[in-house]
Amino acid sequence: MSQSVELKNSTQEILSKITLEGTIRNQAREALGSLGLPASKNEEYKFAPVTRILEKNFNLSNFTVESSKVTDISSFAINYLDAHVLVMINGSFNKSLSSYDDRELKIELLNQESGKLGTLADYKTDALVAWNTAAWSAAIRLVVAENITVKKPVIIHQIIDTTNQEIKCFNRVLIEVGKSSELTVVEKLDTIGNQHNGFSNVVTEAFIEPNAELNYVSLQTDSSRRYHFSQTSIWQARDSRANCFTLTMDGKFIRNNLQVILDGEGCESHLLGLYLVQGDTLVDNHTVVDHKKANSFSNELYKGIVDDNARGVFNGKIFVRPNAQKTNAFQSNRNILLSDKATVNTKPQLEIWADDVKCSHGCTTGQLDEEALFYLRARGIGEDTARAMMLYAFAGEVIESLKSETIKSYIDSLISERLHKNF
Amino acid sequence: MLTIKNLHAKIEDNEILKGLNLEVNAGEVHAIMGPNGSGKSTLASVLAGREEFEVTEGEITYQGKNLLELEPEERAREGVFLAFQYPVEIPGVSTINFMKTAVNQVRESRGQEPLDAVSFLSMMKEKMKLVEIDQSLLNRSLNEGFSGGEKKRNEIFQMAMLEPKLAILDETDSGLDIDALRIVANGVNKLRTKNNAIIVVTHYQRLLEYIVPDFVHVLYKGKIVKSGTKELALELEAKGYDWIKDQVAVV
Ligand SMILES: Nc1ncnc2c1ncn2[C@@H]1O[C@H](COP(=O)(O)OP(=O)(O)OP(=O)(O)O)[C@@H](O)[C@H]1O
Ligand SMILES: [Mg+2]
Repeated sequence: MSQSVELKNSTQEILSKITLEGTIRNQAREALGSLGLPASKNEEYKFAPVTRILEKNFNLSNFTVESSKVTDISSFAINYLDAHVLVMINGSFNKSLSSYDDRELKIELLNQESGKLGTLADYKTDALVAWNTAAWSAAIRLVVAENITVKKPVIIHQIIDTTNQEIKCFNRVLIEVGKSSELTVVEKLDTIGNQHNGFSNVVTEAFIEPNAELNYVSLQTDSSRRYHFSQTSIWQARDSRANCFTLTMDGKFIRNNLQVILDGEGCESHLLGLYLVQGDTLVDNHTVVDHKKANSFSNELYKGIVDDNARGVFNGKIFVRPNAQKTNAFQSNRNILLSDKATVNTKPQLEIWADDVKCSHGCTTGQLDEEALFYLRARGIGEDTARAMMLYAFAGEVIESLKSETIKSYIDSLISERLHKNF
Repeated sequence: MLTIKNLHAKIEDNEILKGLNLEVNAGEVHAIMGPNGSGKSTLASVLAGREEFEVTEGEITYQGKNLLELEPEERAREGVFLAFQYPVEIPGVSTINFMKTAVNQVRESRGQEPLDAVSFLSMMKEKMKLVEIDQSLLNRSLNEGFSGGEKKRNEIFQMAMLEPKLAILDETDSGLDIDALRIVANGVNKLRTKNNAIIVVTHYQRLLEYIVPDFVHVLYKGKIVKSGTKELALELEAKGYDWIKDQVAVV
């Protein structure tokens, strides 16, 4: 009883701090008011009690943010990646640390509603999306015209600087890939200071026009005091391709909602995820693959290696709508627990209304295969190396299909280091 | 080379080996036969250092060392090799990469430089010929989707790469057709020298026509109950195990 009163209070408190206006912002504000922050019984946040976590670790009555004095972010760069670099710090765009040109694509900075922004990510059912949609402070809009293969990837650094104060920030990204065009976007979480807690709420919307392709890579490897919520909603027109990859290796609380809507025939979607977590990281990946039209293909593979007290959550929904005949949809979630206290909760949810479809899903959670370990050791390989070999092989499957060799080798180096690869 | 005295071993609460004795010298080939469940693979696992099996009594001396004190990888580095009855599948790890790591860790333990890519490849090519195994198989994930015969051949390939002093082949012949058997046996024979020893665990006399043993032992209910020369294998093939079981019962 007293708890629900408290929940109401923090929702009210948040609402009272939102001063920005706009047609969609106002609707989102209203939605947040009626939804309220997720209560402890909320099925969607069952293993990620975000409200309690935020209330406990943040001051929700003060949202002032001082601007960052940082002048160098070179340590956050991906080695050898020649990219358009866009830098967000504490919820605002930092022009001097960014470097990009708009020969290949249009890069726009917004602080007001515009065009398609807010039209895809559903703020009517998820309070955290509603919160962002009402309160976002800065947005990046990427627009690729038709028939352009953008050579340089766009990297967006979602930085928080917690040197002097606790940070809570709300950003958006809007991506529009024109017909028969191709674009790669990397969103990377980085933290400066790490003296206080930081919460970031990022909503990304992407529209992929016919025959176009978006490679979307999300790197969450920064800091043990980061609390992060993301909603990434991707809409696909016919014959388009979406290749998504999410890597989580650090953070206190990471909740990713990834939604892919296959709204045309001949679409192909790949959703790959890898979480290598330790300490007391909580990572929750909720994905939705929504097949709305016939003859499309989706493949989802999420793998986790969970150590110490860390927790992993995977929830994968696949919808196959009545029109979506001849859909091929595959989903798999595999986990290895490295300690007695590590946990994983995994739940596939398939809802299929069409009759002529091929769908499969599978999930496993277990320890490292002791028999295999013994086999390797019996050939003279030391125990540590044998372990690393098996874990690296397990994780490696997920990064195999990454298109950019530079990004792949960067991720490979992160994984190798984490798994103590020495062979 | 290997002396096993009064070996008792259990798994969970079942005693499987119940006072086993065996002496193997360099240059010798020993065959161990015996009914299903008599403890042959258990003996092989204990020799290789599998931790699930607990040795409760007895001792194993290998080249003057207490084998039971060594970790599985240390045993392998000292030259002990087990060809598994059921080789495990390891997705994502190719035989080639795995062998490269194994060979180099063994070399490192002996104070040798690691092999560079070129020397490793030429060594591999040579051993591949020995067991007539195709490179495409070795590029694939270890044993994943291999046929029974391919798995066994891969075991012998690994044996050839590691050049062990004491090799234990646990039913490496089971399930092989005659051509595959001949290839595997030829491979083993080419690795036979007067400095190394081989223990072959088998149910079939057929293998012993190719790999001719110096001694044949019958393992029954956790003990070696009869030992003889290669003629014993022929007798077992003809008469089965009942007469031996009867003898044991009488004693
Ligand atoms: N992990 C285990 N847990 C319990 N009992 C086991 C285990 N492994 C083996 N055993 C038992 O130990 C006994 C000996 O098994 P072992 O595999 O050594 O027999 P074997 O002589 O190799 O038989 P086969 O000819 O069928 O290969 C059997 O009764 C078997 O059921
Ligand atoms: Mg056996």
